[in-house]
Amino acid sequence: MAEEAHSEGTGLVFHPLDQFIVKPLFGEGPIQWYTPTNVTLWMALAVLCVVALFVIGTRGRAIVPTRVQSVAEVMYGFIYKMIEDVTGHDGVKYFPYIMTLFVFILFANYLGLLPMSFTPTSHIAVTAVLGFGVFIIVTLIGFVKNGPSFLGLFWMSDAPLILRPVIAIIEVISYFVRPVSHSIRLAGNIMAGHAVIKVFAGFAAIAAISPISILAIVAIYGLEVLVAFIQAYVFTILTCVYLKDALHPHH
Amino acid sequence: MATETTAADAAHGAAEAGKAGMPQLDFSTFPNQIFWLVVSLVVIYFVLSRIALPRIGAVLAERQGTITNDLAAAEDLKQKAVAADKAYNDALVKARTDANKIVAEAKAEIQKELDAAIVQADAQIAAKAAESEGRIAEIRAGAMDAVSEVAKDTAKELVAALGGKADARSITAAVAARLKG
Repeated sequence: MAEEAHSEGTGLVFHPLDQFIVKPLFGEGPIQWYTPTNVTLWMALAVLCVVALFVIGTRGRAIVPTRVQSVAEVMYGFIYKMIEDVTGHDGVKYFPYIMTLFVFILFANYLGLLPMSFTPTSHIAVTAVLGFGVFIIVTLIGFVKNGPSFLGLFWMSDAPLILRPVIAIIEVISYFVRPVSHSIRLAGNIMAGHAVIKVFAGFAAIAAISPISILAIVAIYGLEVLVAFIQAYVFTILTCVYLKDALHPHH
Repeated sequence: MATETTAADAAHGAAEAGKAGMPQLDFSTFPNQIFWLVVSLVVIYFVLSRIALPRIGAVLAERQGTITNDLAAAEDLKQKAVAADKAYNDALVKARTDANKIVAEAKAEIQKELDAAIVQADAQIAAKAAESEGRIAEIRAGAMDAVSEVAKDTAKELVAALGGKADARSITAAVAARLKG
């Protein structure tokens, strides 16, 4: 990319995307599907955080919760209420699945904000699996629960008859675009934020503008803390919305 | 980290050529990422669905139960407090009524005693008055007798002094006639 030439010309080093490189943890060599990489490490850390918060944090089963337990309870209640509000009571069955998505994305995002870390959710491969996973599961649920009448989702029975086929085509397209937007939204947000921080960090090498650059890094870091939560939230609530469409396809 | 990668470029050689663009689009790492992602998700899913979520759900339900019970107990105690307050007020009202009754009884008793005493006193006064009247009448009668005695004696003496001779019967009759007149 452009930064290769740029870096050699001015002495500024811009490698905003290097933080996303997938590397083997041990040694060099080609990356097989089973190779432990930095992806493995940071996903494992996310899993450990989930275990620490939700298993070790709640081991007291206290009526009056400890701090960690109340955090776990707040997250439980947050997602549970979201599912109940968006999908209705029959969506509660899928609570563990949606909770899994939420806590994984949340912890991956937040761990990715640590300096020198790697962010799995900045990779389209990861978010695409999450997004298409939701798409496939939700579509299957739709057909299993409703049978062919699930297709009524695309047939607006309250629209004028002439417009219905047109609307149906648009609805079908938008339905199939869902997983793409669902996954690219997450990866794009996380990647962009991290890359921008790196770009400003590159400018910090110039003494004259380094204070501005550092201030900008702080500001964007603050924004990224917000984005890390909001993207996890958005991914989860969209999952709930899609699930609602699958459970109640008739508008 | 970044500079090291640049330095290692030569070593990587051909492998690095594919990473010229975004690392996100380096398809050779996709199987690896997807594999570890699926492993992580499955682990999180089982940890959450088998251990964490039922536990938290149970804790929340238990807390809800405890709170409901406590609220019910509080409501119960409040009812008791209201009942106790009512009993207290009732007792107060009853005590006041009793006190009034006792006062009224005492007053009535005193009144009765007073009435009796007044009646007795009246009777005594009446008896005394009657007695006194009797005495007065007696005295008056006695005085009348004494007057007629004196009048007779005086008449006899007068008659004797005037040189007459008067018998007792005519003098008595004359005095009696005079006294009546």
